[in-house]
Amino acid sequence: MSGSTRLAGTLPGNAASRVRTADRIGDRLLHGLCMLAALLAVLALGAIAYKVVDGASPAISRFGLGFLTHSTWKPNPPFEVFGAAALVYGTAVTSFVALLLSVPLAISIALYLSMVAPRRVRSVIGPLVEMLAAIPSVILGFWGILVFGPFLQAHLEPFLHSVLGFLPIFGATPTTGSGLFNASLILTIMVVPIIASISRDLFLSVPRELQEGAAALGATRWEVVRGVVLPSSASGVAAAACLGLGRALGEAIAVTQVIGAGNLIHASLFQTGDTLASRIADQFQGATTRLQIASLFYLGLILLVIGLLANIAAQWIGRRFDVTVAAQ
Amino acid sequence: MRPPDPSDTADPGAPNVRPRVRINTAPQPAEASRLAPNGSPAETASRGIATRAQQRSARTVGREAIFDVQDLAVSYGGAQAIAGVTLQIHRNLITAIIGPSGCGKSTFLRSLNRMNDSVPGFRLAGKILYHGHDLYDGAVDRVEVRRRIGMVFQKPNPFPKSIYDNIAWAPRNLKMKDGLDERVERALRAAALWDEVKDRLNQSALGLSGGQQQRLCIARAIAIEPDVLLLDEPASALDPIATTLIEELMQTLKNRYTIVIVTHNMQQAARVAERTAFFSLDVSAGRRTGVLVEYDDTEVMFTQPTDRRTSDYVTGRFG
Amino acid sequence: MSDPFGRPPETTDLPDPAVQLMTEEPEAMGPPATDLPDFSGPLTPSGHLRRRQLISRLAEVGQTTAALLAVAVLGIVVYSVAERGASVLSLGFLTKDPPLLAGSAGGGIAPAIVGTAVIMALATAIAMPIGILTALYLTEFAGRWSGRAFRLILDLLNGLPTIVVGLFVFGLLVVGHHQSGFAGSFALAIIMLPLIARATQEVLLLVPVGLREAADALGVSHWRTVRGVVLPTARGGILTATVLAVARGAGETAPLILLSSIFANTVSANPFGQALPNIPVYIFTASESAEANGFSRAWGAAFVLLVFILLASIVGRTLSRRSTLSR
Repeated sequence: MSGSTRLAGTLPGNAASRVRTADRIGDRLLHGLCMLAALLAVLALGAIAYKVVDGASPAISRFGLGFLTHSTWKPNPPFEVFGAAALVYGTAVTSFVALLLSVPLAISIALYLSMVAPRRVRSVIGPLVEMLAAIPSVILGFWGILVFGPFLQAHLEPFLHSVLGFLPIFGATPTTGSGLFNASLILTIMVVPIIASISRDLFLSVPRELQEGAAALGATRWEVVRGVVLPSSASGVAAAACLGLGRALGEAIAVTQVIGAGNLIHASLFQTGDTLASRIADQFQGATTRLQIASLFYLGLILLVIGLLANIAAQWIGRRFDVTVAAQ
Repeated sequence: MRPPDPSDTADPGAPNVRPRVRINTAPQPAEASRLAPNGSPAETASRGIATRAQQRSARTVGREAIFDVQDLAVSYGGAQAIAGVTLQIHRNLITAIIGPSGCGKSTFLRSLNRMNDSVPGFRLAGKILYHGHDLYDGAVDRVEVRRRIGMVFQKPNPFPKSIYDNIAWAPRNLKMKDGLDERVERALRAAALWDEVKDRLNQSALGLSGGQQQRLCIARAIAIEPDVLLLDEPASALDPIATTLIEELMQTLKNRYTIVIVTHNMQQAARVAERTAFFSLDVSAGRRTGVLVEYDDTEVMFTQPTDRRTSDYVTGRFG
Repeated sequence: MSDPFGRPPETTDLPDPAVQLMTEEPEAMGPPATDLPDFSGPLTPSGHLRRRQLISRLAEVGQTTAALLAVAVLGIVVYSVAERGASVLSLGFLTKDPPLLAGSAGGGIAPAIVGTAVIMALATAIAMPIGILTALYLTEFAGRWSGRAFRLILDLLNGLPTIVVGLFVFGLLVVGHHQSGFAGSFALAIIMLPLIARATQEVLLLVPVGLREAADALGVSHWRTVRGVVLPTARGGILTATVLAVARGAGETAPLILLSSIFANTVSANPFGQALPNIPVYIFTASESAEANGFSRAWGAAFVLLVFILLASIVGRTLSRRSTLSR
């Protein structure tokens, strides 16, 4: 007997059959609603992909894949030409530098929180690091232009140029403070807490008996970390880095505030540039022609693809090595 | 004072000629006047055990005392785990620590190589002298302690690395880079594992059986040639055949290392150990504290124990 | 081997040929290496240990520095915003409209505050029921494979660049019409949905199996169990999930730039048919312009937004820690 029939069996006649029907309808309604909700999520993802492709189609049919290799971006009719090469470059550079800086920083922070910090300190510093992730990007970008940028312009960039100026990435000053370098550093600030909190959880879950076994062999703390803790968590940290990469790729607002909206490909990080996401944020409001809007949608399509790839990579690495990875 | 049993002068270097100890005979208390069935641990400790610990049985005559434990007391955040433990552990002997569960045997063992340091709230009173040096002196480097005093744990804990790398990891840390292959082979041979794994040194250690993994852990511990080996119930997670292998291993290893083994299996202690220490719980004053009840040659412990609690335990009257 | 007659034991033990066990070579190890420490010497670092300890300590210093750096950056940013924003803050600032002349001083951000509140309320109203129902589907109805697939979809949705979500809703609702606060809410709801669904799912999984079994044994139908037992037990966790999702959504600017950025600077509470002023766009617009008075109002707005979001984050995390600890 089903559950509802049992209950109904205790009630007299009409009431029993009413309860039975109500239960059946209720169960089916619940099932249907829940399934509908879940399908909405799938539908949303599909609709997003469709709409973006649809919105980009004029630009796709006009420029094709050459869009990715040409960098001319001239929105003024009647000679309007759009090409995303400089933006792909800017996206690649800023994300790469941000990852390069944030992965070691985040691992160090996570090691501090899991291995070094005493318990009481850990419960203070841990939430503080997570709070870094909660800062809205528009505020970070605002701070980036008005406070950080001048600092970079006046101090950090000249210093780097004087010490490491032989490297073309630390090119000639004076600079404006806005540029790929500022954007990379702002992205680092955003990505570090993401990787750090996932890594910290990973390090804390390395079995105690493994660490004790390593320590009992006369290994220093760092040797235990290097030999047991880090190798055990390597795939999880890689997945976290992919999540961080996805975040860096998709950040539009803070980047557009500090990157200076340039459109040339330079070697120096101190020059202005743009990324796929920041170009959309920068020009969408002022876009007038259909082709420009379609080109911006085309940028969005590229962004969608690489963003999805980064997230799929994170999930795949995580699932392959049996690690649960979810942005917090 | 009980005169040394003439059978004790048998050459300790022939372990296969071990007197078979029959555990189920009723023990004959040699000195009825010294029986203290309900004596407080402190009294027993000061009267009986301290005297016994200093008393040299023939087994310990001439052997260096590697560990000299003086009135050791360990507590974790206020809860007293063990108290009033005084004993010595002698070179190249297998010393077994037996007793019911929860009486502090593992706590005692882990205090010998400072593995308790990482447990929150750990407090130690009394002294542990290792080769005459205070183990818990402020100037002592914990890592150096563990370099000299190795440990094998109850549950095998191989690293998620290859078999070779498991053994080679600690020597590499210690910059023992020369002859690493030979060192790994020697360690695996000494742990009676070489023949089983010599063709798959590069495979993951996690693919070994439980008994093999534990022998791997033993090989890992002896690869760096420590002074002492502490074994914390090394065979409790293993099947009887693997257990026998480990016990036979210990007979070889004791030629080179001093071995202290904690075991809840008193037959195992009777089989492998020359000296046995019996820990039990003192539940007076509302606290559960582990105490050392009696410590002597294994044969004596099992046939003529002094303390009533010892005889109760070895005859199985309580768990 | 030690001699019962008292001769001191040798430090190197040669193998006793009488001891033959399983292996061919009974000796445990070969001749002692020269790099063994003096076991009876003091317990100070031997061999390379001093250098290894130094490396270990350096590593710890590096890790501590990294953590302090992160905290310092947080402090600097919060301090910068607080210092510049607090000077503009007043009751009037929170209740007045911005000045009619864009460049002049004074005025307030009341329209932006009201607009953000309306947009967020609407977004939460959309995302919460769908998120809870999705979570219920995952815990009550989904099989192993479909559950995994849906969770993957939710994770992918969570990681989408928010500007792309903005493009989507733009193409859906704004093209051919005009911007609206509702479009902004819709985009924010898409962004908040995976957060609410995942967090709610985790809370639902914590409902003790015993409770469900008891309800079933009593003959209660599935939907009544969900309504009367599962959801009430998970209520706290659902609230926490919502608070954290609001903390995330309130700071999202990218979709709003596309969907609710052209507005009149007066207080309005109607999200349909017109774009609503909102704090993130307000700050963004001010940051892209060049005049100082707009900057100071923007700092004030940033301060209000930052305080709100940090408070919501703290509240959300404390609630979630408490609910997991109490189990």
